[in-house]
Amino acid sequence: MTTEYFLPKAALQSLIDCLHGDGFTVVGPTVEQSAIIYDEIESVDALPRGWTDRQEAAKYRLERRDDDSLFGFVVGPHSWKKYLFPPLTTLSSAQQSESGWQMQTPEADARKLAFLGVRACELAAIGIQDRVFTGGPYVDPVYNARRKNAFIIAVNCTQSASTCFCRSMNTGPRCSSGFDLALTELPDGFVIEVGSDAGTELLGRLATESVTAEQLEAAEQARQQAIDQQTKQLNTDSIRDLLLGNLDHPRWAEVGAICLGCTNCTMVCPTCFCSSVEDVADLSGENVERQRHWDSCFNLSFSYMSHGTARNTIAHRYRQWLTHKLASWHDQFDSSGCVGCGRCITWCPVGIDLTEEVATIRGNEAFCDLGTENEE
Amino acid sequence: MSSTSTGLPNLDPWLAYTVRIAAVTHEIDDVSTYHLKFTDQAVADTFSFQPGQFNMLYLPGVGEAAISISSDPAKHAMLDHTVRIAGNVTRTLANLEVGATFGLRGPFGSAWPVDACCDRDVIIVTGGIGLAPLRPAIYELLNRASEFGQLTLLYGARESAGLLYTGEFDEWRSRGLDIHTTVDRASGGWTGNVGVVPQLLDRLPLNDPQNTTVLCCGPEVMMWYTARSALGRGIPQERVYVSLERNMNCAIGLCGHCQFGPTFVCKDGPVVRYDCVADFLRVEGF
Repeated sequence: MTTEYFLPKAALQSLIDCLHGDGFTVVGPTVEQSAIIYDEIESVDALPRGWTDRQEAAKYRLERRDDDSLFGFVVGPHSWKKYLFPPLTTLSSAQQSESGWQMQTPEADARKLAFLGVRACELAAIGIQDRVFTGGPYVDPVYNARRKNAFIIAVNCTQSASTCFCRSMNTGPRCSSGFDLALTELPDGFVIEVGSDAGTELLGRLATESVTAEQLEAAEQARQQAIDQQTKQLNTDSIRDLLLGNLDHPRWAEVGAICLGCTNCTMVCPTCFCSSVEDVADLSGENVERQRHWDSCFNLSFSYMSHGTARNTIAHRYRQWLTHKLASWHDQFDSSGCVGCGRCITWCPVGIDLTEEVATIRGNEAFCDLGTENEE
Repeated sequence: MSSTSTGLPNLDPWLAYTVRIAAVTHEIDDVSTYHLKFTDQAVADTFSFQPGQFNMLYLPGVGEAAISISSDPAKHAMLDHTVRIAGNVTRTLANLEVGATFGLRGPFGSAWPVDACCDRDVIIVTGGIGLAPLRPAIYELLNRASEFGQLTLLYGARESAGLLYTGEFDEWRSRGLDIHTTVDRASGGWTGNVGVVPQLLDRLPLNDPQNTTVLCCGPEVMMWYTARSALGRGIPQERVYVSLERNMNCAIGLCGHCQFGPTFVCKDGPVVRYDCVADFLRVEGF
């Protein structure tokens, strides 16, 4: 049984200050361009106090809450992968010298990042990317350096968006592991759980109070609200065999005709890890960097080979994304690649909902209204 | 501190070793074999590979290309890559002269199951430049010929001028390799077989199909037909191996490009058992 404490709201700044004092860059949610994104924050004043997000397929709006909640929203377009798996990184460099080309690795990234406000689905996503980048025969040095230094302060969701389906994916909404500290927000403070020795050590420096039975009950009720509000479901029964056994299903062509191939779903997905490495040279051509940038299986060039492109149509590429995310990911990394955060549904400009695609392929038309909308 | 490519082992999978072109052998139109040496002797002394594995050849300022190793794994003096001009990297490589340096990461990927072929007949089925990733397997099989049964190479090309390594065929035959060639179109006085490679397998007498292993590299449709022929002749599907090709960008299973269903071709392949990918080989656009 974990020990819980109470942190008054006024003491949250001291948590940020302690992390700064320990050399951490603190990253948390903040409002920018009408969305709640993740950015470096200096104080609690940067948090989205009194804001919430309203989400549905192809729709995201910020709205004012009638209280001063700091974490009274769900998830936005950003995920923590932009810090652990940076969108643009230099992997190596090459210099031409008299004795020929010499290759070098860049200085190790020693930056210590503290993530404030990591949701349960995002903890699961970080766990999945841990397996992708550090669990195989080759460890990505960039991810590994940032990950092993990261301090994670989770926040339990107290509401669900219409796009959330973490319960179907068994990833939330309750934060159960993978954090140093976990908060549940109440009107006057946070019920706080410890998940690691580093969390215990930090907590010892904060002005915590012993938690009351009423506070524990209020926190439980707040968390229950997220469960009760969640309506979207994805039936994952035998989903690997369902999808890989239906590679010629007519639905792929139908969704391919709607999908724009814009890559939004893969950019906002907290587990998508596809990338490309390209050379960037100076004007002399004698100093070259190998730069990695996020890429997407929706880009035509992604499956380019000298004798042709493997996945020529958007239908092929949508099928690749969905079958990888929900099916072959199980073969590769012993879990689904989906955590049920719903970002790909919200940020799809045409509102494609992967849960509806799966339901259609499963033959459960009750979940599918996308197809009927698009019939002439 | 930053580190350089000096010193072993190379713990950073993104860091390339420096190699120098020691010699170039022109093979056929647009195809040459580059004989490479590591500039760092410590790397040269410890680098080893298995037949079927590939390296990432890195031309700074241009990019990388995945190229299978085509030399004898028992010989460490030189590392050979037979390369067809197909894109920017290979075109740049073709313009380099002997003595030029560039980068190399590797070796990567799975290998032909040579040890598992002991006491069995082995049939190698390939076409065109597909012989390049199989040449190290041929060398190793011939180096250890007494450990195996009958060794056969079925090799095809569009026309006779597209057949690689023909200058070595006599030596390979003298060491026990039964070689059958075919071309799609007969030209230039060709008097041999005309037709696609799987037809050679259809006609090949088999001593003991249950104990025969097939190693196949070529276009996916050719590998599918070869496997179908092999299975039709009574060769078990778990003894049929194919070498897959996909866009390989990182070579270490981190970039996602080379996926073929559950398979990361770069780290789970390129050599895979046919029955592991059979369901996907004929799926269009997969």
